Amino acid sequence: MNRMAESVIELDGLTKQYGGFTAVNGLSLSIAKGEVFGLLGPNGAGKTTTILMMLGLTERTSGSALICGFDPARSALQVKRRVGYMPDDIGFYEDRTGLDNLMYTARLNGIAPAEARHSAEALLEKVGLAASGKAKVGTYSRGMRQRLGLADVLIKNPEVIILDEPTLGIDPEGVRELLALISDLSRNEGITVLLSSHQLQQVQQICDRVGLFVQGKLIACGDIANLSRELNQELHAEVELAAQPWTPELADRLLALEGVLGLNTGEWKGENAPPGSILATLECDRNLTSAIASEVITAGAELHYIRRKEPGLDEIYHRYFEKKEEGA
Amino acid sequence: MNAKAQSLELLTQIRQRLNSLLRRGAAPSGARDLPERSGSSAFWVMVQKELGDHIRSWRFTILIGIIVLACIGSVYSAITSIRDSGTGQGTGGSFLFLKMFTSSSGSLSIPTFTTFLSWLGPLIGIALGFDAVNSERNKGTLGRLMSQPIYRDDFLKAKFTASLILIAVVVFALGFLVTGLGLLTIGYPPTPEEFWRILFFLIIAVVYIGFWLNLSILFSIRFRQAATSALSGIAAWLFLTLFYSMIINLIASATAVPETAALSKQLRHAHFILALNRLSPTELFSETITTMLSPGIRSLGPLTMDQLVGAISAPLPLGQSVLLIWPQLTGLLAETMVCFGISYYLFMRQEIRSRN
Repeated sequence: MNRMAESVIELDGLTKQYGGFTAVNGLSLSIAKGEVFGLLGPNGAGKTTTILMMLGLTERTSGSALICGFDPARSALQVKRRVGYMPDDIGFYEDRTGLDNLMYTARLNGIAPAEARHSAEALLEKVGLAASGKAKVGTYSRGMRQRLGLADVLIKNPEVIILDEPTLGIDPEGVRELLALISDLSRNEGITVLLSSHQLQQVQQICDRVGLFVQGKLIACGDIANLSRELNQELHAEVELAAQPWTPELADRLLALEGVLGLNTGEWKGENAPPGSILATLECDRNLTSAIASEVITAGAELHYIRRKEPGLDEIYHRYFEKKEEGA
Repeated sequence: MNAKAQSLELLTQIRQRLNSLLRRGAAPSGARDLPERSGSSAFWVMVQKELGDHIRSWRFTILIGIIVLACIGSVYSAITSIRDSGTGQGTGGSFLFLKMFTSSSGSLSIPTFTTFLSWLGPLIGIALGFDAVNSERNKGTLGRLMSQPIYRDDFLKAKFTASLILIAVVVFALGFLVTGLGLLTIGYPPTPEEFWRILFFLIIAVVYIGFWLNLSILFSIRFRQAATSALSGIAAWLFLTLFYSMIINLIASATAVPETAALSKQLRHAHFILALNRLSPTELFSETITTMLSPGIRSLGPLTMDQLVGAISAPLPLGQSVLLIWPQLTGLLAETMVCFGISYYLFMRQEIRSRN
């Protein structure tokens, strides 16, 4: 009982092979109830395949999965009853209204017609489509479809919702609204959310934990703060600075500092950058921001800008890639 | 006044009873499905939706238009021919009503109703099935549908059942339309045997169109593009209705035995060609309907003079006709089942991704 309350999704060594190609390689993951988990990875990393295996829509090659305590390969129906899934490019019956589409899903879940209508209307209200419920889905915009998709997922009162690339192809404002809606659901109704994405910054805002998924392997998993801490220990710090005038002597002095490993220069394209000024990126083995700053001042140059690069999800992602390539 | 009130009361009673019947039909497990929440109710929900989609679609409207026109044309032609051949003939009286379906006027050159049905029937089947699965896949609704608690085979069965119900309704409506028109124009009611023969004929037509429906559903699973699957369906239809018999003729003439050969040899050759012919559902269908609608036919294979000696020249009773076509009917059903089996096998193993 306790274990059930702790983890809703439990994957262990999940593997999928297509012929000789391994799409998902030994994925082990455990997601707790009420958590918002982001599965991040580039296109073709195996995110969708993983999701399909969790729903029993595709057969796994080996490993095991337990969703809400049911094995999707054996009791797919039990899993599907509890899990709402929104595919990456969700489709609706275009010549039916939004309300009709929702009601159809509700009826397929065994909800009686009157009740189906009632909850479909309530959900349309919730996702902000109450006014367009009677319009054909063919007339909906991409953002509206995505919101209808969310309503479609929720109509079966799921314990878990799985969203595959929910923010794909919607404008920033739409993304913000959709993510707010998702995060709301998780907080207020205790629904476990698993969402996959390749758009890192967006997902960063609402995920409790993320997993980085590259070429079928989960290469890192944890909350974002942890991930960056982990990275900082392993990887070098980077300091960006812009100084005026930038001279080769200054560059030499900076490189001579103890702990500085390398220097890259490029054009500074900041907002108030004077034309032709240079942005230097120093690679250091620890945080040397203040030492670098004082070196620039003592060299007699003006320091316009200095910043230690904080690894965002983008950075983490990128670095993992680099590390992988180095390893290979 | 009193009579009027009574009849009104009767009407409301009938309406109530009809309503309750309809409600029972729409939700066959309304009371039972609440605790179980699965399977059968979802299946009927899908059937309902498919039926609605078909009836509202343009292609169905157009097809019905073509078929009704063809049907009226053939009825007109049949009536003309019956009138021309006159009532004077003594044998004309026997199974006159079936001639509504099988005869056509020589001067009008409009094919008979059965010819129309065997030509256009496959087209209805193909039109209703060719995009059954791949359009759902291309629209991205398949993934959404499959993530609902329904069985995969229920989806396939629902598609098939809905289309078959529609086909049955259309075929029976047309058949009874022809019967009704015949009653009105020639004023000669069908005998019970004729009625049963017509009924059998319509059932066989539904089975035959069901075969084409199944074949096109199979194509719709196999091919991702609706156009490819429609073209494959039409190609198969043209091949079986036009070219197959030509190829068989070719084989027949190439393997022909000399006329002087022994009887057993000639018979074997004839049986061989017939067996090849009977691989085609079109041939099976035409054999069954001619037998059903022309009671005079007593054998579908070659007959020797010896076998005919002592035969009484009289039409076969219904039971014997059915017995005669039983193998053909079984073959038709078997071909349908094979198509369904392959579709089932392909679909159960297919990965459901949204559009790809």
